Amino acid sequence: MSKFKKKKSGGLPPISTASLPDIVFMLLFFFMVATVMRTTSLKVQNQLPNADQVEKLEKKDLVMYIHVGKPNEEFSKKFGNEARIQLNDKFADVKDIKPFVAAERAARREELVPKLITSLKVDKDANMGIIGDIKKVLREENALKINYGSKQGEVQGNLN
Amino acid sequence: MAKRPLPEVNAGSMADIAFLLLIFFLVTTTIESDYGITRKLPPIQDENVEPPVIKERNIFKVLINSSDELLVEDDLMELKDLREAAIAFLDNGGAGKENWSKWDTSSQTWGQSGKLGCSYCKGKRDPESSDNPDKAIISLKNDRKTSYNMYLSVQNELVAAYNELRNRRALELGPAAGFPDMNYIQMVANEKDVRWVGNKVKLKKVIDQVKFEYPQKLSEVQQK
Repeated sequence: MSKFKKKKSGGLPPISTASLPDIVFMLLFFFMVATVMRTTSLKVQNQLPNADQVEKLEKKDLVMYIHVGKPNEEFSKKFGNEARIQLNDKFADVKDIKPFVAAERAARREELVPKLITSLKVDKDANMGIIGDIKKVLREENALKINYGSKQGEVQGNLN
Repeated sequence: MAKRPLPEVNAGSMADIAFLLLIFFLVTTTIESDYGITRKLPPIQDENVEPPVIKERNIFKVLINSSDELLVEDDLMELKDLREAAIAFLDNGGAGKENWSKWDTSSQTWGQSGKLGCSYCKGKRDPESSDNPDKAIISLKNDRKTSYNMYLSVQNELVAAYNELRNRRALELGPAAGFPDMNYIQMVANEKDVRWVGNKVKLKKVIDQVKFEYPQKLSEVQQK
């Protein structure tokens, strides 16, 4: 009789946490692999508009980025409230794009230069004037492949 | 000296260390979304070259003014109607059913047949609208004050019109070439995908035909 009683008094056994490190490590590896460290810190606001006819930019090493948008709050005193261009880590003017393109090209192997794509990451509140100026410079520089960065989503969401 | 067995390392804090790293990566991760509409800019034209004369009916004028209003062929239009209007224009085929494109067996490419019609178009065949998809040109003009938001939305709708027509054509041509139920977008994706098993030469041929039959002629007017 006493044999049976003993077993009942044990209550719930504690859940083993021995496999917890394994689970956490699995998650850790996932994030380590999925992480892309930002190479530049954004100094401009960069809310991309929606679009649904998008393509994915596959080869990251063949992309050069031009960010356009209103300067962030901490820079607004110095750089104003109009949309500005950011190249690499600095604010820039339209005339700085030409050396920027040349530098980006020089950093690539020669056979890859024609495959370079310019990714325009433009804030949705920016005006087309500055974009037109950028496009004109890019045409002059013969950097004709461009990509208008956008989020995946319905266009109707842009209207309000 | 008696050999003592090494004491086992306590692995109890391993979880804590892993958690710490996990949280660090969680916080620093920005899963980059590099999506966008890919377009090609026209090269700078020689100033001495006269631009070709294009008939009024073959141009689809889209204008976005400074207050983000959309004017299509000088009429106000809502963004949601733009895609349909563009498709109707591109797929009109106003010059009859004798096909403008033909397969040139000697050079193994697609070329002009000398005719103007379009046998695969399903539009209204309005003689006042575009002759065939090759002649049809969409001209997009914007103001300096136009917002990028509106511009990209319009750009997206126009690209969507081309894609929709190409998808339809790919679904028509696909079954005969051995690619049933595959639209243009999927074809292009498969063509690029190294893991895709199938006849890529054949697929490329279908893609080329669809591309040739609905060429993307979206011209942007340089703003002043």
